[in-house]
This record gives sequence, C-alpha cells and structure tokens, in this order.
Amino acid sequence: MASENPTSTEYIQHHLQNLTLGVHPDGTIGIAHGAEEAREMGFWAIHLDTMFWSIGLGAAFLFLFYRAASKATSGVPGKWQNFVEMVIEFIDNNVRGTFNAKNDLVAPIALTLFVWILLMNLMDLVPVDWIPELAKLIGIPYMKVVPTTDPNATFGMAIAVFVLMIYYSIKEKGFGGFFGELAFQPFPKWMFPVNLLLEGVSLISKPVSLALRLFGNLYAGEMIFILIALLYSGGLIWGAVGGALQWAWAVFHVLIVLLQAFIFMILTVVYLDMAHQEH
Amino acid sequence: MNINLTLFGQTVTFIVFVWFCLKFIWPHIIKAMEDRKTQIAEGLAAGERGRHEHELAEQRAVEVIRDAKDQAKEILAQAHRRGDEIVEEAKVDGRAEGERMVRAAEAEIEQQMNQAREQLRAEVVTLALQGAQQVLGQEVDENAHRDQLTRLAAQL
Repeated sequence: MASENPTSTEYIQHHLQNLTLGVHPDGTIGIAHGAEEAREMGFWAIHLDTMFWSIGLGAAFLFLFYRAASKATSGVPGKWQNFVEMVIEFIDNNVRGTFNAKNDLVAPIALTLFVWILLMNLMDLVPVDWIPELAKLIGIPYMKVVPTTDPNATFGMAIAVFVLMIYYSIKEKGFGGFFGELAFQPFPKWMFPVNLLLEGVSLISKPVSLALRLFGNLYAGEMIFILIALLYSGGLIWGAVGGALQWAWAVFHVLIVLLQAFIFMILTVVYLDMAHQEH
Repeated sequence: MNINLTLFGQTVTFIVFVWFCLKFIWPHIIKAMEDRKTQIAEGLAAGERGRHEHELAEQRAVEVIRDAKDQAKEILAQAHRRGDEIVEEAKVDGRAEGERMVRAAEAEIEQQMNQAREQLRAEVVTLALQGAQQVLGQEVDENAHRDQLTRLAAQL
C-alpha cells in the first residue's frame, strides 16, 4: 500500500492523490509528494495520471472507431463495424430527438463525450489497488486511474461545452440577442440588473453542474471502492465481506458509469440546442 | 483535487478528440449507414417490382395458353372438315372411276362378241358348204349359192 504500513487515512489520501508534475516552491521541477506539496505548486502543475489515462482511453476509442470508419462498407458490416454503427445510431437518435437546429458538430461531440466518458468511468471498475501497485513497482509514487474523478477533467470538458454554448448563442442570435436573453427576462426590462444576475447564475450553473455531477458521482463511487478495499486489511472474514461488497458495488456502479456518461452527453446536446433557439 | 493546468490540458484534448471524430469517424460511418439504407430500399423496391412483373407475366402466360388452345381447337376442326371433304371427294372420284371401268369392260365385251360373230360368219359359209356336200354327195358351187349363204351368215 502507500508506505510500509499506512494507516487508513494515509491509504485513502494516497489513493486520492494525483501524480502531479509542477514547479516546487524552491524552483525545481518535479513530482509532488503528498497533497501539501501539490497544493503549493498552485495552478502551474499538471496531473500526469489524469492526462495519461484520459488521452490513452480517448486515443484507444478514436483508433478503434477509426478502424471501423476507414473500412466502413455499405454492404454486410463486420462485427466491429456493426457495434460501432449501433453506438453511432444510438447517439444519432438521441441527438436527432433532442437537437432541433442544423449543426453537424453536435453529433460528433455527443459521440466523443459519451464514449470517452464511459471509458474513463469504466476505469473505476478496475480494483483500486491494481494499477497503483503496478505503477509503484516501476517507481511511480501516485496513480489515480479514473480521470473523471479529477475535477480538472470534468471541468475541462464542461469549459469546452460552455465556450461552444456562448459561441453558438452569439452566432445564432447575435450579441444583442444573447445579451437580451440574459438581461431582459424573466422580469421587465427596467429590472435588468436582477435579470442579469438570475440569468447569469443559471448560465454559469450549466457547465458547473455538468462538471460537478460527473465528478461527484464518480468520486463518490471511487471513494466507496477505496473504503471497501480497506476491509481487505482486516483479516479473512472482513476480506470476504469486502470481496462481496466490492462485487455488489461494482454491479451497481456499472449503472452509474453508464448513466453519468449518458447524462453528460445528453445535457450537452440540450444546452447546445438551447443556445441555438430563440426564446 | 487541485484545479491546475490539467484543466486546459483536458479541454484541448477534448477539442482534438472532437475534431478527429468529426473529421474521420462520424461522416464515414453515417455515410455507410445511409448508403446501406438506400441499397436496402432499392432492393425492396426491386423485389416489389419483380413480384409485380411476375404477376403480369403469369397473367400473360395464361392468356397465351388460352389463345393457343383456341387456335389448336380451330386447327383440329379445320382438319376434321378437310378430312371429311377429302373422303367425300374420294368417294365421288371412286364411283366415277368404277363406272368408267365398267363401261370400258362392257365396250370390250361387245367388241369381242362382234369379233367372234364376224369370225363365225366367215366360217359358217364354209361349214354350211361342207355339210351340204356331205349330204348331197357332190360338189356344190359356192358361187351359185352365194346369196343364200350370205343370208344365212347374216342371221347369226
């Protein structure tokens, strides 16, 4: 586990620590050891584990789908193409049902979000100690394998969605139209400061809730897996209980994993649809 | 748990992924699916057309067979008629030929009778003279009794 004989607190903290690369206060560049050092690095640090797993999983998704796409035939599809088509049709149906304007970018965004988030979430089902222990063997002190339990990842995606929302709002309705939406409703025009406050909060809350919902669900799930893993150090009986609990939670977690990927995807489509619509 | 540069790293990653998906994955798969949809629709339409044509062909075949049967019947009737005609003609011809042959035979018989009669006539004179000579025991002059002899021969 974390150090030679970690306490429960150390064990949990170790599991919640990202592999952070950044500038130490004394000016040297290196990996942060412990939460304290990571905090001291401030903004100019990067979570190598989050980046590695998210890019790796995303690249795997794109590579596998690209293989199907480059060999896509309108004749009898192979098994893999069939599966890819199934996923794409699922996304396409959802986007068609939710998004009413004409925009070719939305469906690929939805596909990328859904599959990518699903894959990142699925990392949660890998037993919590496997990959960190392997990483320790090759000298990597921290390894958090579920990128969606890092708020940087979820907020990173939410920011991109937020920028697109604002971009399409202004593109479709003009700057005046967009500002009007924020300032001239729901109350009469002379109350525009109140309107601006209300609508501003509701606008900001969209990406924030998007990111926090995914992060919260996965972080909580991960936390429960870590707590269950603690039981393994409590002897044979507790270990057996832990095994049963881990299995049960994993089964339940599959639902959360799938549902959260779907919710993130469908809400993004809904928000982009709202950005395209006149109120 | 700190917000740091990872945030923008993730944003950039996401944008690159979406771009790749938009460029290289989504359109190809969708195109393949649309193409297949068109192909299936065309196939179904072709099948429907084929079935329709098959029905028409069956109708046409029934008509053709009916026509052929009618024609065959007509030809059969004509043949019968023609056969009867030929038999009739043959009967008439046969009868005429028979009569002609009977007449020819009769004529020949007549001719042969006449011939025999002439021969008999020629010989009757000689026979009569010989008979008379034997009865009388002397020569009889043929010339002296020529008229009587000729009359006798004419009676035959």
